[in-house]
Amino acid sequence: MKKLINSPENVVLESISGLGAAFPDLIKVHFNPNYIVRVDAPVQGKVGIVSGGGSGHEPMHGGFVGKGMLDAACPGAVFTSPTPDQMHEATKAVNGGKGVLHIVKNYTGDVMNFEMAADLARGEGVDVEAVVIDDDVAVKDSLYTAGRRGVGTTVLAEKIVGAAAEQGCTLKEAAALCHKVNAHGRSMGMALTSCVVPHVGKPTFDLPEDEMEIGIGIHGEPGRQRLKLKSADEITEMLLNPILEDLPYQNGDNVLLFVNSMGGTPSIELFIVYRKAHEILTKKGIKVSRSFVGPEITSLEMAGASITLLKLDDQLTKLWDAPVHTPALRWGV
Amino acid sequence: MTTITADQIIAWIERYSIRIAEQKEFLTKLDSDIGDADHGANMNRGFQAVLAKKAELQGKDIGALLKIVAMTLISTVGGAAGALYGTFFLQASNVTAGKTELTPEEFVLVLEKGLAGIVLRGKAAIGDKTMVDALHPAVKACRRAIAANESLDQALAEAVAAAEAGLQSTIPLMARRGRASYLGERSVNHQDPGATSTFFLFECAAETLTGKQ
Ligand SMILES: Nc1ncnc2c1ncn2[C@@H]1O[C@H](COP(=O)(O)OP(=O)(O)OP(=O)(O)O)[C@@H](O)[C@H]1O
Ligand SMILES: [Mg+2]
Repeated sequence: MKKLINSPENVVLESISGLGAAFPDLIKVHFNPNYIVRVDAPVQGKVGIVSGGGSGHEPMHGGFVGKGMLDAACPGAVFTSPTPDQMHEATKAVNGGKGVLHIVKNYTGDVMNFEMAADLARGEGVDVEAVVIDDDVAVKDSLYTAGRRGVGTTVLAEKIVGAAAEQGCTLKEAAALCHKVNAHGRSMGMALTSCVVPHVGKPTFDLPEDEMEIGIGIHGEPGRQRLKLKSADEITEMLLNPILEDLPYQNGDNVLLFVNSMGGTPSIELFIVYRKAHEILTKKGIKVSRSFVGPEITSLEMAGASITLLKLDDQLTKLWDAPVHTPALRWGV
Repeated sequence: MTTITADQIIAWIERYSIRIAEQKEFLTKLDSDIGDADHGANMNRGFQAVLAKKAELQGKDIGALLKIVAMTLISTVGGAAGALYGTFFLQASNVTAGKTELTPEEFVLVLEKGLAGIVLRGKAAIGDKTMVDALHPAVKACRRAIAANESLDQALAEAVAAAEAGLQSTIPLMARRGRASYLGERSVNHQDPGATSTFFLFECAAETLTGKQ
């Protein structure tokens, strides 16, 4: 293992300390239990938005704390869900009297630990709603599995619901909006290489030089199939087609096209993927009216990319465009 | 009649913490086959934190000490196992509040409440390839033996055997809960990590809660 770290045990702690030191005007980092809150929390009269999950997906979620997005983020150990005390304390810290929404990615550990935190907070009189994001089309959705994983749409939901909360929506409205974003968003990812979890020290899976994994999860969970490496254009098609069929996205739709790096894939390659995806969508009469390209929900140093489509209407477009000011995302301010 | 003392419960927890530390690599190996290679690390982080609180556990009633165990696990383990084992011990502490010893009958109730809590939280049924596959038959075996007036030693021995059979039964199953379910068919022919750590819990109970320490 070759990493720019001091020791595997201190990776999360030292990283969030650095985040806090870099953006003291935007966020505060609380230790033990660990959570990151916006500097002016709790904002009175505003619904609080809390998310969280295992670390290793930076900038999600800590980088998205700030005005117009999250009120708090709870980082777990690398690729392990956070513990209920983190979400419980974070929920109390951001409760401005209008209740708190938990945005939870659909992983068993995340869902259960957030549920326990919500139970604790409700027991103390805080109104809590939770919405689970499950947008990964690589996973078959069935009653008999843990269901689809939460991936790229999570970032879009945090931005859009965060904007609505900033504009004064109620907790019920925030939850309904979050469900709407989840219902209109679909994603699929792929990996060129594995990643190394610091406390494990070796690659999560073996992927030969000339192979790729299509449908990879953000923790290196295996995907739909392992294939010989193909060109960027072919890969883009393999990711986009299942997404398009799933909702389905149709001629005349407006979409936000989000091309994400898994961490190791550089911008220069992301835009090659973006170019092809844009071309396919345009051919199908689907209008790309908003774009988002970069490493936003990563998997440590894994090389690879994911594509997320979100079907837009006026409400979602306006909220996407609304001002946001966080360490990792900033516009309109 | 045999009873279980608070000191024995502490011995059980301590023995289990040591067992988890010893089996950490093995549990993580099982989880790397069908999960995300963290079950051993998660459980060990939690039970080392419990072990560090041993002095605090001593002299407490059983409900109070199990509550400390539960809260420690809840705040240190994370993942599915943290919520589930945390819930198990939290439910266990609720039915033992104020008690300094437990009759076999009361001990079975502890197990039953713990199981019910895990099922309520995780919604797994038998055959889903989770810890419930080991826990459920073990609790049932214990209940049956105690109801038939068998000794606590006998009841725990039967629980261990049932947990082991349940653990073995997870191997051919396809996972339907938790991370392993993402693998679909690829989860077949692997032993479930959570069922394995649950089997150890019963093994340690049999080693510490009867006369034959
Ligand atoms: N819904 C469930 N009900 C009961 N047991 C479950 C459930 N989901 C998972 N498990 C058990 O948890 C074990 C995995 O625990 P582990 O500590 O590895 O958490 P994890 O699933 O990796 O959590 P995370 O996804 O947050 O990393 C499985 O082997 C299984 O026995
Ligand atoms: Mg695991």
